[in-house]
Amino acid sequence: MENRLRLLRAERAWSQQDLAERLEVSRQSVNAIETGKYDPSLPLAFRIAELFGAPIEEIFVSPSRRSSGAI
Amino acid sequence: MVRTPAWKRYKVRVIWLSLLYCAFLLPAVYGFKHQLVPHSVAFVVAVLPALPIIGIFGAIGRYLVEEQDEYVRMLMVRQILWASGLTLSFATVWGFLDNFGLVGHADGYWLIALWFAGLGLGGMVNKLTLGDAGC
Repeated sequence: MENRLRLLRAERAWSQQDLAERLEVSRQSVNAIETGKYDPSLPLAFRIAELFGAPIEEIFVSPSRRSSGAI
Repeated sequence: MVRTPAWKRYKVRVIWLSLLYCAFLLPAVYGFKHQLVPHSVAFVVAVLPALPIIGIFGAIGRYLVEEQDEYVRMLMVRQILWASGLTLSFATVWGFLDNFGLVGHADGYWLIALWFAGLGLGGMVNKLTLGDAGC
């Protein structure tokens, strides 16, 4: 799933490892989510959203909205 | 390879179970080879080496329950699916070949070795498709 995770992380000058430690996941998980290879579960998506203080839909691009050309 | 706390606990359990497997297997092989095992306990002695292997399957299940990193857990699940698919497919094909007398009869425990090899294959598929091999 396309997302703005890398951008949000860069704004805070966090490395993938920094973000992984804040989310209590592995660095590989952060990398897989950032590159769109892995879609996080809803609980993890909420943790990410809460960490960045933004709604989920501002971080993750809805696949259905993207395919319909809404975004 | 991703080393999470759950993975480290899993590894320790597997090492202990592997040592237990050797402790059961070597005397059993020696005992049966030299006809030292009384018939009354032969089944028990023969089955004992299987128990740690079953324990490893249990350790894998416990690892999946304990693993807090959902991405790493998914990698392991994918490995298990590859291992199971490979083993069941091989057993099916071999079963028919055996049934029609085209190959010799193979000992069932080789399937276990094949399943563990399948975990390695699953790790390679993970590496190729996701960039991470898993545990």
